[in-house]
Amino acid sequence: MIALLTLPVLAGLSAILLPAFGYLPALQHDEPGLMVWRELFTTPGIGRSAWLSLSAALLTPLLSLTLVMLFLASTSGTRWASAMRRLVAPLLAVPHAAAAFGLAFLIAPSGLMFRLVSPELSGWQRPPDLLILNDSLGLTMMLGLVLKEIPFLLLMALAALPQLNADQRVNMARSLGYRPILAWLWTVAPALYPLLRLPLFAVIAFASATVDVALILGPTLPPTLSVRIIGWFSDPDLNQRLLASAAALLQLMITLSAIGVWIAAEKIVAGLYRALLLSGNRRQGHAVLNVLGKSLMVITLGTLLISLMLLVVQAFAGTWRFPDNLPATWTLQHWQTVGPLLLAPLGNTLLLGLLSTALAVLLVVAVLEHESRQGRKPAQILWAIYIPLLVPQVAFLYGLTLLLEQLRWQPGLMMVGFAHSLFVVPYVYLSLAEPYRRLDPRWQQLAATLGASPNRTWWHIKLPMLLAPLATAFAVGLAVSIGQYLATLLTGAGRVTTLTTEAVALASGGTRGTIAVWALLQAAIPMLGFAMALMLPRFWWRKRRDMTGQLT
Amino acid sequence: MSGVSLTLKDIQISLHGRHLLQVNTRIEPGATLTVMGPSGIGKSSLLAYIAGFLASDFSASGEILLGERCLNSLPAEQRGVGLLFQDPLLFPHLSVAQNLLFAVSRHVSHRQQQVDQALEAVGLQGFGDRDPATLSGGQKARVALQRLLLSQPKAVLLDEPFSRLDAHLRQEIRQHVFQTLRDAALPTILVTHDVEDAAASGGPVITLG
Repeated sequence: MIALLTLPVLAGLSAILLPAFGYLPALQHDEPGLMVWRELFTTPGIGRSAWLSLSAALLTPLLSLTLVMLFLASTSGTRWASAMRRLVAPLLAVPHAAAAFGLAFLIAPSGLMFRLVSPELSGWQRPPDLLILNDSLGLTMMLGLVLKEIPFLLLMALAALPQLNADQRVNMARSLGYRPILAWLWTVAPALYPLLRLPLFAVIAFASATVDVALILGPTLPPTLSVRIIGWFSDPDLNQRLLASAAALLQLMITLSAIGVWIAAEKIVAGLYRALLLSGNRRQGHAVLNVLGKSLMVITLGTLLISLMLLVVQAFAGTWRFPDNLPATWTLQHWQTVGPLLLAPLGNTLLLGLLSTALAVLLVVAVLEHESRQGRKPAQILWAIYIPLLVPQVAFLYGLTLLLEQLRWQPGLMMVGFAHSLFVVPYVYLSLAEPYRRLDPRWQQLAATLGASPNRTWWHIKLPMLLAPLATAFAVGLAVSIGQYLATLLTGAGRVTTLTTEAVALASGGTRGTIAVWALLQAAIPMLGFAMALMLPRFWWRKRRDMTGQLT
Repeated sequence: MSGVSLTLKDIQISLHGRHLLQVNTRIEPGATLTVMGPSGIGKSSLLAYIAGFLASDFSASGEILLGERCLNSLPAEQRGVGLLFQDPLLFPHLSVAQNLLFAVSRHVSHRQQQVDQALEAVGLQGFGDRDPATLSGGQKARVALQRLLLSQPKAVLLDEPFSRLDAHLRQEIRQHVFQTLRDAALPTILVTHDVEDAAASGGPVITLG
């Protein structure tokens, strides 16, 4: 049933094929040919746009993976690891756009970083003339992506680690004389990597085709390919849609090539890694790795946290002259500006979030419960789950929108909610599958020997016992839905506004204060969801000792 | 009280084509058959087969008869076979009384009263509202047995139910369980490693492997 998720993706992709080759009868284009491609390849700066997408697709996962592996190696078995487990979920909940805005407030020439060193250290009395945001190499954009992908990979790694008996492996290697970090890198990392492959491919796909982060932090002259596709798609001249289709196909090829390059590089790296592993190095580099692993993670997650706090400061900031470290006056004016505009986007955001998440949770629970009653695990399901995350959104969503237009389906909340659930389902599944399968099967057997039917057992035993992971899965789904930019923009035909679309729309031209208010609201709702998911089971089960503290 | 007998007719269980065990026996009401043997021989899979949730990796053949009724095609919840696990497994989200109430069929009248009586029978009156996590090991074991009885099983399976208990408790609970099951005239199968369990059951012993 979950495999149905692949259908809209395939339909979306096939819908861009014909227009990409010049065939779009609805707009009187009925002579197929390579005209569109010729036009695409002669568009100024197209090569650079494609190159930006490809480099982001490869550097983002590489950096994120390196940091996550180093951090896990240097903190395995310490209290750091458990502290991180608690921090990581709320950080993951922050939408990409909110994190990107926060980062912009931090590292822009007029941002907090430069204020802190000015004028005492730098001598600057006014913001330096540096191109940091929207730099032409896309480095700031990649930094913004890395900040958000690290919590994702960390969460995936922390979920995968228990099945590897990491402590046992490390202890074994330590008894052979290896220092702990090298012991982890040589014995745990090679086993962990295969479990992170699919999440990494999802990171590649996202980084290669992100639109919201690229709009906020990415280069402008020219922008990334994905941003240009959206530009052509929303061009009043409908003929530009042919160009958009060809570019969407190019985007798909770039993403697939990036995954291909990654797979090829895996083989080379695996060989080198094995040589290092077998070189007998038991202690060299331990101290450096220890410092690097911890400090780099503190810096990245610290940057993310400070960026979020800056949103708060900026949202209430009145006069804030450079190089003052803090605003001179505080004001509610930004909130008053946003207030009257808030109702529709906020309502849509909540409605879409609740609807798509409820749908996703129902579907995922049905799949998992069916699997549990059949007593076996469908082997290939994980790939089907990941498909919407592995195909660049801009490629298939754009095609899907074209398709729906031709079928004369009205864009609206229903369509957007459906598009959201394509992305909500995979994350809800990833969040819920492990705890659902890990529930001791004896509870179910016991209930059956007491005469309870499978349905009664589900309502009275499994549902209450799984309340905590279900609440977490719900919060995850809500966060994913709230973060959706492209799905909302395309399937809603620009008419369905959410906190995210409003915030991103202000990226060029909004004032800092109003941007901060929108971004803050956008980040606050998912975090509130996580806080509730954490507290609700504890409150509900406050009189049941064995039901608290088994939060997963 | 008169019960029915449990008959295991030419039961064979194998795992991935590897023959594990073969049993052909009949257990009279109130009697206990003890099954012993080394780990991995399939003792627990025999219980799983009788209770109706043998994992699909296993293949099994042979008839399970409760009196004249054949259980093979029935789902676990309709077999009338109760099971005590190694752990008492009181549902952690329900109170003690709710744990018991869960086992009482909705077609039984005075359900609440039955629960109260069951608690009283093992000296736990007034414990109904308690969180099961606050009970001692012995109290949990007693509640688990009362819960099993309230579900009105026709036969009982014991999967090393005393192995996790402290030595001084083990004897007491063991006596209590066997006495109760004998009084209820239930045919019982006990799987265990412990020869003292076998001796206390007072019934025949078969050793597998």
